[in-house]
Amino acid sequence: MESFDPVILARIQFAANISFHILFPTISIAMGWVLLYFKTRFNRSGDEAWMDAYGFWVKIFALTFALGVVTGITMSFQFGTNWPGYMQHVGNVAGPLLAYEVLTAFFLEATFLGIMLFGRSRVSNRVHTLATFLVAFGTTVSAFWIIALNSWMQTPAGVEVIAGKVHVQSWLGVIFNPSMPYRLSHMLLASGLTVAFLVAGVSAYRWLRGDRAASVRAALKTGVTLAAVLIPLQILVGDAHGLNTFHHQPAKLAAIEGVWHTERGAPLLLFALPDEATQSNRFEVGIPKLASLIITHQPDGEIRGLNEFAGAHPPVAKVFWSFRVMVAVGVAMLLASWLAAWQLRRRGEPAPWLSRVLVAMTFSGWVATLAGWFVTEIGRQPWLVTGILRTADAASSVGGGMILSTLLMYLALYVVLLVSYVSVVFYLAKKAGTPAAANLEGVSA
Amino acid sequence: MTAELVLPVIFAGLMAISLLAYVILDGYDLGVGVLLPLGSDSERDTMIASIGPFWDANETWLVLGVGLLLVAFPMAHGIILGELYLPVALMLLGLILRGVAFDFRVKAQAQHQPAWNAAFAAGSLLAAGSQGVMLGRYLTGFAPGAAAWGFALLAGAGLTAAYVLLGAGWLIMKTEGELQQRATRWAQRALLGAGLAVLLVSIATPLASSRIATKWFVLPDFLLLLPLPLVTLALFGLLAVSLPRLAARQAAGNDNFCWLPFAATVGIVLLSFWGLAYSVFPEIVIGRLSIWQAASDPEALWVILIGAAVVLPTIIAYTVFAYRVFWGKARGLSYS
Repeated sequence: MESFDPVILARIQFAANISFHILFPTISIAMGWVLLYFKTRFNRSGDEAWMDAYGFWVKIFALTFALGVVTGITMSFQFGTNWPGYMQHVGNVAGPLLAYEVLTAFFLEATFLGIMLFGRSRVSNRVHTLATFLVAFGTTVSAFWIIALNSWMQTPAGVEVIAGKVHVQSWLGVIFNPSMPYRLSHMLLASGLTVAFLVAGVSAYRWLRGDRAASVRAALKTGVTLAAVLIPLQILVGDAHGLNTFHHQPAKLAAIEGVWHTERGAPLLLFALPDEATQSNRFEVGIPKLASLIITHQPDGEIRGLNEFAGAHPPVAKVFWSFRVMVAVGVAMLLASWLAAWQLRRRGEPAPWLSRVLVAMTFSGWVATLAGWFVTEIGRQPWLVTGILRTADAASSVGGGMILSTLLMYLALYVVLLVSYVSVVFYLAKKAGTPAAANLEGVSA
Repeated sequence: MTAELVLPVIFAGLMAISLLAYVILDGYDLGVGVLLPLGSDSERDTMIASIGPFWDANETWLVLGVGLLLVAFPMAHGIILGELYLPVALMLLGLILRGVAFDFRVKAQAQHQPAWNAAFAAGSLLAAGSQGVMLGRYLTGFAPGAAAWGFALLAGAGLTAAYVLLGAGWLIMKTEGELQQRATRWAQRALLGAGLAVLLVSIATPLASSRIATKWFVLPDFLLLLPLPLVTLALFGLLAVSLPRLAARQAAGNDNFCWLPFAATVGIVLLSFWGLAYSVFPEIVIGRLSIWQAASDPEALWVILIGAAVVLPTIIAYTVFAYRVFWGKARGLSYS
């Protein structure tokens, strides 16, 4: 078993755990706010449709939140077991940021979740609304701290390094490091879009099954409108994030654009097979000068190539293709949401074919979010903390065999959970449409 | 008294409080999970309802405890969790299984409910047992050999019994009628296991470590420490006497002092935890690393301490609020 490289295995295991984990916070961050929106609409209008929508989506929220909590516990153990060198070198930054996340966010959301889910008959409507707000607020605060830490690892600032160890000079500099505002906005919008398509997709599914409840229409409209509003914002923020990467992480940007050698007037590559061996792309299809134009705002602007980062640039093909998957999903989101918004305005309902497209895109936000995180995390390699700590220098001495066996266990579990989650979401949608649904509320969790 | 001396002690204290809160809070809901297969279908729903609003937050104390170990004692985090890699992985598997089964059991198709119930109970048992094994391995300083591993397995069974006792006490307090009576019988059976476990750990720990033995068995420390085992013993005695009496009262439709078994069990856990903490302190990896050797830089600890000083009282306040909202006997959980 010693033939397995523990560093690679530790990375795969960590990547598998954190990828599976992020699926659920991505939903619960924005879903908390959508639930607060439903609740507020009900409080204002007294229209039961909004409360029905709340009642349906809060169940999916509970399920999502539970998955987020239990997969998150795994993370708190693996920071130390898989990356002991991490705290040793950058603990002065990572320690306080992680501690603040637990203290200011985790308890807040987990404690008020109980009241939000099961407390409606036990507290006043006002306190229940407040609990909903605090849960949504907690999820967002959690995102703030963890994105601050992740961004600091991408673009460290506010510290000095003495004998391989970082010491904080300015906490504001650490938290609001150069890429943090961009990454946080990008992630919050990604969460919003994921939830928008989830709500739109599940509502379209109910609509297609002939469920014409007022709450279904309200949720469908909410999902589609939210998606149509957020996607152009996301494209703008994504572009700004790219420019930020160009300035602070040029090697990552070169991998995204597939630029092997520094060039002026670089084309925007739609397709290519990057080849590490020959340091070139095969089967390039591109639009001349467009990459330079987008990134430098000049058709002949210079993009530094991977040749300037020999031995210290990320694996190109993975970053290149993850980026294209993310952008492709974004374009599909733009088309689907705008068309659906237009049809809802014109005809009051989306055409059946478009409803089916929305159903197919129910979890499209997950694909784009994961692809985006692959771009930024693989794009950071070989660094764990850019310029300060290499991934290999933080890895654990736990044996490869041990990591492999637990990795297989986690993977098997995740497949089961993912299948269960997706099928339960659609099962709940199906069940909600049946006349007996109201009586089936019963004991729930 | 410099920061280098004091801060690690404060953080060891904070970490101990978090883990103690975890053991008590998640202890009762894990215990209820282990007991789930013993209930009838409708009783199961009540059992789950009694822990429904709390379990997410209960598990957060584990994240805080392990998080504090990571940020305040990173070297110890690496060693301890590296040594405990396998039981930790099994515990996480158990926690994940039960956490999701909790939701899936009422949301998935009805024909899948028995499978999710089983997953909930099995996950709870796996998590409780693994935590006991982790405790046993930790106390022997991760010693190799069959005896040390045998001790760890016994600790696994012992901690499970303690959690079951907490869970049964919780059910006695939060339910009524037939379920409450059955919970009283479950508590009586768990009491024996938990008692044996406490006894075993108390005997084996000083035998395994001469350093711990000298901390306890020298005068005058021994006399000062004597109340600890004596009060623990008294609480066990109280439970042994009061549980049959409670059962008799229940039969007559009166459940006065139904909170007593849970409160007495919490007292036992508190005292046992205090005893263990006294044995281990000031080491954090027994025989290898003291809290001062393992601690992070004071600069990081200060920043965390300021945050914790402000936020922890708030957390305790709203946790109390949440428990008050769901005060009294558990009713069926409803989103409406």
